[in-house]
Amino acid sequence: MMLTEFLQSLKHELLLCIVLFSILILKIRDEGRGQHSWALIVHVLLALNFIAGFFWNGSGDLFNGMFKVNDLILLEKNILNLGLLLVSLQAHPWIRTHRHLPEFYMLMVSTLIGMFFMISSGHLLLFYIGLELSTIPMAALANFNLNKSSSSEAGMKMIMSSAFSSALLLMGISLLYGSCGSLSFSSISATLSGTPLQVFAFVLLFTGFAFKLSAVPFHFWTADVYEGSPVPVAAYLSVVSKAAVAFVFVTVLYQVFTSMAATWYALLALVSVLTILIGNLFALRQQNMKRFLAFSSIAQVGFILIGITSGSQEGEASVVYFLLIYLFSNLGAFGVVNLVSSVSGRENINDYKGFYKSNPALSWILTLSLFSLAGVPPTAGFFGKLFLLTAGASTGNYLLIGIAAVNMVISMYYYLRIVKAIFMDENEFPVPAIRTGLVPGLAMLICLLGILFTGFSGQLYQYIHSLSSGI
Amino acid sequence: MAMNLHLLVLVPVLTALAILFFKELKTVRAIALAGTALQLLLGFVLLAAFCAERAAGNTAPMLFYSSYEWFTPLGIAYTTGIDGIALSMILLSALVVLSGVLVSWKMEKLSREFFFLLLLLSAGAYGFFISLDLFTLFFFLELAVIPKFLLIGVWGSGRKEYSAMKLALMLMAGSAFVFLGLLGMYFNSQDANGLHTFDLTALSAQPLPLSAQLLFFPLTFIGFGIFGALFPFHTWVPDGHSSAPTAASMFLAGISMKLGGYGCLRVATYLMPEAAQVYAPYIVLLATIAILYGAFATMMQSDLKYINAYSSVSHCGFVLLGIGMLNETAITGAVMQMISHGLMTALFFAAIGMIYDRTHTRQLAQLGGLLKVMPFISSIFVIAGLCSLGLPGFSGFVAEMTVFMGSWQHSGNFYRLATIASCASIVVTAVYILRAAGKAIMGPVADAEHLQLGDATWNEKTAAVLLLSGIVVIGIAPFWLNDLLQPGVRGLMANIGRTLIP
Repeated sequence: MMLTEFLQSLKHELLLCIVLFSILILKIRDEGRGQHSWALIVHVLLALNFIAGFFWNGSGDLFNGMFKVNDLILLEKNILNLGLLLVSLQAHPWIRTHRHLPEFYMLMVSTLIGMFFMISSGHLLLFYIGLELSTIPMAALANFNLNKSSSSEAGMKMIMSSAFSSALLLMGISLLYGSCGSLSFSSISATLSGTPLQVFAFVLLFTGFAFKLSAVPFHFWTADVYEGSPVPVAAYLSVVSKAAVAFVFVTVLYQVFTSMAATWYALLALVSVLTILIGNLFALRQQNMKRFLAFSSIAQVGFILIGITSGSQEGEASVVYFLLIYLFSNLGAFGVVNLVSSVSGRENINDYKGFYKSNPALSWILTLSLFSLAGVPPTAGFFGKLFLLTAGASTGNYLLIGIAAVNMVISMYYYLRIVKAIFMDENEFPVPAIRTGLVPGLAMLICLLGILFTGFSGQLYQYIHSLSSGI
Repeated sequence: MAMNLHLLVLVPVLTALAILFFKELKTVRAIALAGTALQLLLGFVLLAAFCAERAAGNTAPMLFYSSYEWFTPLGIAYTTGIDGIALSMILLSALVVLSGVLVSWKMEKLSREFFFLLLLLSAGAYGFFISLDLFTLFFFLELAVIPKFLLIGVWGSGRKEYSAMKLALMLMAGSAFVFLGLLGMYFNSQDANGLHTFDLTALSAQPLPLSAQLLFFPLTFIGFGIFGALFPFHTWVPDGHSSAPTAASMFLAGISMKLGGYGCLRVATYLMPEAAQVYAPYIVLLATIAILYGAFATMMQSDLKYINAYSSVSHCGFVLLGIGMLNETAITGAVMQMISHGLMTALFFAAIGMIYDRTHTRQLAQLGGLLKVMPFISSIFVIAGLCSLGLPGFSGFVAEMTVFMGSWQHSGNFYRLATIASCASIVVTAVYILRAAGKAIMGPVADAEHLQLGDATWNEKTAAVLLLSGIVVIGIAPFWLNDLLQPGVRGLMANIGRTLIP
């Protein structure tokens, strides 16, 4: 009985461990298996893992409340599983020829295990371990273009900046421990009273989160790391890793720092406006597609933070809903960029001029993804973004929402700039027609369906809403 | 007789999707024609059903009402229903879109994409007019923005990329304002269960607090006003219209600008009447400036499309003027002006497009004596011009006359002055219309090569006749339109008039 409960609660993590060790064992017993079949095995394993995530779920606390599972956390884990699966499918044309293919996937899976523990944590120590488990392999992944020096630079930047942010985080955690006498979420929230020491500890903790979310002013690493990393890793960083941190951030703010809501509201409102504004202003000037998507994803984080400010049930629901939509939209955009980059090696926005003439289908996918990121109907991004703003407006801070709405117009400019390049500009040497393989094609199709249909689904939103909780 | 309003959105969407499966211009345009013709037919069936309901004594403000829950936790529902105002807008849209398809008959460049986007746009417009939920209304409003960016940028002429970007950004800014206004209304509202609501009927039933109205009315009105060419936010109009391909110009001026006027009336003024009264002088002032400025700016133009675009700014000023006067006659006039201007300007753009297709110029200086070469096109050009300057017998006269009558009822000196100034603009209109017609249509043939050109083809003639019949019917029998609009306008006035100081 106890064992069943234990296994059920830890199911998602255990499944990923099984995937991880299967890859490892297959690697040890590798008998000249071709790269292609390697990649296919991994895709199938990850797909099975994603499907299994929906069955035989339990909920409850483990290890004295250190590890918690509930329906919302299960949903979040399934979303992240889907993200990993899509990234893995998209990485296919690039990783197929890479000599360290199994290692790539092992690192990916181990970051996800870290994120799962982080999301499920009910204790700051477990949270910290999960965070580190998800970050350190990420630096190795950023370094995975082995013959490009910019890639190792990206890895280096990633590990340095995350070490720095972890140090701040640990400082905050230890101050909290000194002030509250415990590190478990429930006892911290019970003893928290908003003394200056606790505020200081919170600010340090917040800094750690802001680093991982790449919120301004802790966003400097983002563009460089995205630019240097292989495209699938950048996609993974911008979607899955960000979503995981955002999920746990909402929990920490709503359930642990409940009594300090006024403090974090002010901080969050300020940081969200700065994040949107700076992300937008820098995105305007980018020439490299990956850097462009990096700054656009920074701006998107600002919108997520606005949704979080609401502190209401709608706020949490909108954040989860938006992140699901954002996963489809951003991976759709990264998917096309990845294909173009792995086939022709070109990553500049100017290279996309005249793209529609040679690749109409990919052009539409990229355009719809960008529209979804910009929040244009009928794509899902429209609903996601407006629900975030609606949730944010519930506090009555219309100035904040007004700034965000104006920024949606600014962001429209840079998204449309790419659409203009695709459809309207002429190019002497356009990207040649790309034959999308079956595997990345499948990923693209899932993203496209997600972009077109998740937004319209009132039931989905209602379901997420029913799982969410406010302060 | 039950009518399914959802068909109005479904038909264009399905037509658009069907187009995606074909590539040949011939197939694509045939599907587009069938879809838009079916839509017009649907519009007339709806009209018949609507009149039958009203004749049977159904006095509900909105007929064919239906509501489906959509995002229940947020109080968003897909609620639809129409009154006479919405119905006449739907008929206008159906006429303009059908003629738009007809004049784009030879769209060789990426024809599939062109018709797809055009139909998607029209779906946005229909959805907007039938929505009774502010969120869905906003959804459809935005749906009708981005396809324009592609239509102008890909198929346009002149500085098309600049114009496309300017139009998209300005309209998006407009919708950002609208969205803020909607959020403000939403969070100051309560439905039967004590939850916030986007439902238009529920919002109209309970007045919002005045402080909220004073903050959110200007946001909403300016937001919709940007769509409706409110001075000084009209600058997208000339560039957008003149760069757009013919069908898109027709859609932009004929329907899209009406989304703005309709929103100003149905959302901003109807739901926040107290604030409307406070801000009415400013609305009237801006509308008068738009009317005069638009008219004088038109005099300076030498490009036919710019002439019609600036004159649209002037004519749409009458819509806002009528709304700003806040009385029944003026608002009826404003709605009539929306319909009249929609038909007239679409006809004008169609004629300009036909001339441009043949002569490859829109510059007045290079045109002349077209009546000898292409009598049909020249005639519709002149008729559209005469309608624009308000010749009796055409819809323009009826609409503008009603606006003036309503405006004069408002007895303040300032309002009287604004009315007189707006009336005076008609003279300016006459100057530029007659000058343009005199130069391009009459007189000697400017270019000997023009003598080789042919007149309108069957599809162009059909398009022109469709629009023309709308103009003439309203011009000769305005009471039909008036009867259709009256209950709707009275319904609006029940809210707006409530707060008027006698």
